[in-house]
Amino acid sequence: MQVRLWGTRGSLASPGPDTVRYGGNTSCVEVRTDGALLVLDAGTGIRELGASLRTFDGRIDLLLTHLHLDHLQGIGFFEPMFRREQEVHVWGPPSTTEDLRQRLGRYLSPPLFPVRLRDLGSQVTLHDVPHQPFEIGDTMIRGDSIIHPGPTLGYRISVGSRSVAYLPDHEPALGAPTFPIDPGWTSGHGLAAGVDVLIHDAQYTPAEYEERVGWGHSSVAHTWALAAQAGVGRLVTFHHDPSHGDGQLDALVAELQARDGPHVIGGTEGLQLTV
Amino acid sequence: MGQPIELILVRHLATSLAIPLFLVDPDGTMVFYNEAAELVLGRRFDDAGEMPFAEWTSAFAVRDQAGAPLDIDELPLVRALRERRPAHARFDITGLDGAARTIEVSAFPLEAEGKRQLGAVALFWESDAEAH
Repeated sequence: MQVRLWGTRGSLASPGPDTVRYGGNTSCVEVRTDGALLVLDAGTGIRELGASLRTFDGRIDLLLTHLHLDHLQGIGFFEPMFRREQEVHVWGPPSTTEDLRQRLGRYLSPPLFPVRLRDLGSQVTLHDVPHQPFEIGDTMIRGDSIIHPGPTLGYRISVGSRSVAYLPDHEPALGAPTFPIDPGWTSGHGLAAGVDVLIHDAQYTPAEYEERVGWGHSSVAHTWALAAQAGVGRLVTFHHDPSHGDGQLDALVAELQARDGPHVIGGTEGLQLTV
Repeated sequence: MGQPIELILVRHLATSLAIPLFLVDPDGTMVFYNEAAELVLGRRFDDAGEMPFAEWTSAFAVRDQAGAPLDIDELPLVRALRERRPAHARFDITGLDGAARTIEVSAFPLEAEGKRQLGAVALFWESDAEAH
């Protein structure tokens, strides 16, 4: 698997001189295998990914973790969505009320967006992510609900014995008296257990987290604890807070790298990993 | 395989409540009760651990207000789990510490989208006999 981060910022696109290396675009990750092209989330980073796919004519699968705007805003700027013959499958978390088309349509319609989902032009098929693992090409996908406001999934993507987990918005420590706790009672543990690469929410410093409990995100300390408990190979920090500049993120990553445990990589825009 | 997110959230909520709460999975296995429930049931959860349905339904001696043994099918938690609707009852229970108490129990099923049954929750209170 080839993994590339096209957008790593959390909550709000944050371009500027202080975010050049970690990037200002919101969540989007490309996972390319011999038999599949998976796009994880449609934050603003998806625009440049789309531009890189002008000669790609295979099936594209867009897997949405949830429908908060920072994970959806780029969908109307993803070039393949406008190509008449392009096959695009969009997967999202099931809801107890509206189906995925209705929920996507809230954003992809006036007055929030000028073009409706049905008018995008490509051959779009929408899917609720099933509760059981499912195949896309040569990949096996598992999508499980994780702690974040509203229906939200994390994904585990496997090809043979190699695996990547993607949990960009996740607050596993919410309500837990201590963290980590028993793995069986830890949100996201099953997705992350033993993966080669874990891409995970690392939005806050521990001090910031104390002020934002319940907002749906992790402190870097919680992220590291989850990764260590799950025995992951490499931990990629992700969903950086808009207020965190490159220097501060370097320091947070360096503090984690000094610990014994998973190999920690700062999630920078453009980062490419081979799994 | 870990617990579904809905049960994790209920457990986390329960740890913060002063109201006794008892949680079972779809098979009826007791997977958690909180500290407030420990006082009524007479044993710490850490000591009791998870209990299969047959074990917890026989561990606590339950009797109706007339003193007759209560059929387990009449327990609110069992009804909530099997009938998928809320249930309420008042009965006497002898905890694992040997103490008898009168409690009121309200139970409700946990069902997620797609009609996935996740288990059931019982909230209970020690009943004030003078009030009845």
